[in-house]
Amino acid sequence: MSVRKLLTGNEAVAQGAWEAGVRFASAYPGTPSTEILETIAEYEGIVAEWAPNEKVAFEAAMGGAFAGARTLASMKHVGVNVAADPLLTMAYMGVNGGFVLVTADEPGQHSSQNEQDNRRYAAFAKVPMLEPSDSQESKDMMRVAYEVSEAFDTPVLFRMTTRVCHSKGIVECGERTEVPVRTYVKDVRKYITVPAFAQKMRVRVEERMKRLAEYSDASPLNAIEWNGRAVGVVASGVCFRYAKEVFGDAASYLKLGFTHPLPDARLKEFCAGVETVYVVEENDPIIEERIRILGFACRGKDLFPPYGEMTPDVLRKALGRGELPHLEASPERIVPRPPGLCAGCPHRGFFHEVGKRKNLVVAGDIGCYTLGFTEPYNAMDYNACMGASISSGHGFQQVLDMVPGEKRRVLSVIGDSTFFHTGVNSLLDVAYNRSRTVSVILDNRITGMTGHQQNPGTGYTLQGKPTKEVDLVALVRACGIEHVVTIDPNDLTAVRNALDWALSLDEPSVIITVWPCVLKKMTQADLSRFPDLFSGKCRVIEEKCIGCRMCLRTGCPSLIYDAAKNKVWIDPAQCVGCTVCKQVCKPEAIVKDFKETAAAPGALAGAKGGKG
Amino acid sequence: MAGTSEILLVGVGGQGTLLASNLLTLALMEAGYDVKMAEIHGMSQRGGSVSSQVRYGDRVESPVIELGGADILVSFEQMEALRWLPYLKPTGRVVVNDYRIAPAPVLSGKVPYPDGILDELRGKADTTVVDAAGIAKRLGNARAMNLVLLGALVKGMDLVSCVDWERVIRENVKRDVELNLKAFREGMAQVGTR
Repeated sequence: MSVRKLLTGNEAVAQGAWEAGVRFASAYPGTPSTEILETIAEYEGIVAEWAPNEKVAFEAAMGGAFAGARTLASMKHVGVNVAADPLLTMAYMGVNGGFVLVTADEPGQHSSQNEQDNRRYAAFAKVPMLEPSDSQESKDMMRVAYEVSEAFDTPVLFRMTTRVCHSKGIVECGERTEVPVRTYVKDVRKYITVPAFAQKMRVRVEERMKRLAEYSDASPLNAIEWNGRAVGVVASGVCFRYAKEVFGDAASYLKLGFTHPLPDARLKEFCAGVETVYVVEENDPIIEERIRILGFACRGKDLFPPYGEMTPDVLRKALGRGELPHLEASPERIVPRPPGLCAGCPHRGFFHEVGKRKNLVVAGDIGCYTLGFTEPYNAMDYNACMGASISSGHGFQQVLDMVPGEKRRVLSVIGDSTFFHTGVNSLLDVAYNRSRTVSVILDNRITGMTGHQQNPGTGYTLQGKPTKEVDLVALVRACGIEHVVTIDPNDLTAVRNALDWALSLDEPSVIITVWPCVLKKMTQADLSRFPDLFSGKCRVIEEKCIGCRMCLRTGCPSLIYDAAKNKVWIDPAQCVGCTVCKQVCKPEAIVKDFKETAAAPGALAGAKGGKG
Repeated sequence: MAGTSEILLVGVGGQGTLLASNLLTLALMEAGYDVKMAEIHGMSQRGGSVSSQVRYGDRVESPVIELGGADILVSFEQMEALRWLPYLKPTGRVVVNDYRIAPAPVLSGKVPYPDGILDELRGKADTTVVDAAGIAKRLGNARAMNLVLLGALVKGMDLVSCVDWERVIRENVKRDVELNLKAFREGMAQVGTR
């Protein structure tokens, strides 16, 4: 029986995986993909796991597919870079049970460091790709993806984009098809990739691509909608939806859902059937290039931007149709709302102290703590990708040390989840090559920025069940680091002392700051380990405040400066009593009131406002 | 697409725009419309400017609202109404919560919270100012302001009779159902039909 549900694309992928009989799924969280595994975890019949990184997630799912079950791995676009190594060889080996890798791309870079087009991975790995345009298709195409994977003995790439992941639409949901685990039969010519075998696999990959090209031309996922013949639009994914809004019912459409290999015969038929072809695609001109190779002219990136989302207003403007009539607001009345560290964020005390020091180069990483670069901290020099802080910091220090008279020291800063992701190998490099960098692991007891996912350091699984917790200090020591200290980042004296100590050493050292993310759902273990959590709130004694605003340099959003009085006050709805502001207040105008006056933690940001 | 209606809900991360837009979208589905809703999650969410974009009609293609596209702009905060005003049709309607949340540059004393926002809104568009926070507080919980604004929106878009709203709220709001129902009704009373 079918049920209509309102689902995001990510939820629809999970529903589709369940209906397709998937039995095992693994992922590392990353916007905009995170909710896929979080939703899959709610279904009976699928073993769902967080992995420490995307390569591990991919490989776990790959092993499950070899063993004969339908499996899934999901990740954000840059996660596929991490998983590219197994992807490109699994493409040779094929599957036993069906295997789908969901890549969630980010045109517009809403929450990402780059805008790479992972359609390139389908061509690079020589595997098929499907691209849904909305929630219904996200669900429906999962079933097709598994059929293709098993019929053509190949991993399948399933490309989502932010708008498909996070938009809701109505989905007709169905029942689960129980797909039995296929028998695993040892077959070294299929599963052992020594050159003698891999060379033969390589040939089979090309044969497979030819059969997939025929499939693509025959697939109902690549469909022509004939209307007027003056204008024809070729598009895949959400771009098709955008194009429909702008080109309307007068234009004809070739909607592509099976996008690698592209359907050459369909493309030719369509391009020959209309006067002007427009190709609407986000990021790279991949469809456009194919059309040109097939010998047709088209309008694409000569009109439309090669970056950002192809939303209807972007298309309209690029087509020279201007914008829809709209109102303008006075820009002087609009103040930006930049992202910042939350009140009570355990990164605040650390970055407040780091920002005060000169002669430091701070190598950053991927997480909330990247905001250490912002004012008022100004405490980060660069960041690149997951795990790069510790390793690049080492290289940075090596070169600084070659420069005569250069005194600067490198501080590499990484979060707990990012450390488990790819920081451990970087720390091995630091220990092995006897670097004198200072590596700092900001352990906030959770994967914070993506919305609080468990990781190997938290002691809980994706489903919130207790599991083995990594002993971080033992892990750091086992890497070969002799100098390790663990501190409370809310204690500014401890932060200063730890930095002084680490910078006095000429050998590799690690500082671990431990305090839970203020937004985290605290476990009983957290509450007993951190008895000071939510133990009270800070308050300004107005007569003692001299208006020096030193406290504002901590960047805490619960501190509000009243210009008329030249005083600061603390919003009790936001303050959690971390006392960082109290420690920097020279006239001792800030006090902490313990528990009896404290309100419940996790109060809404909205509570800080007032009637205008 | 012709025949598509567009609702833009905006505010500051943490204000409860999500619950309001979820209820709205569910109700529109039950009323028999095709409906799509777009949101952006991630780094800018907390304390940042947030929007939920809802489009409904016989058949909806794009989930996003473009410049000059929205029939109604419901803002949970004063300045956010101005920030998103260009997304409203010039003939569209503004429902704005009489409520301010200071952004970081205001909290730190670098710039004042801008004055004259409501006057500017009134001068440029058909604007209804709702004291949603005051109403919700009087009813017993300031957090119910999102249901006050949902009520105002439902009246403003002439959606009152398309579905049994009270049932939708009862089925989907977990806490303080009676308070939220009162908030919803008071919200409806704040807005006239056109």
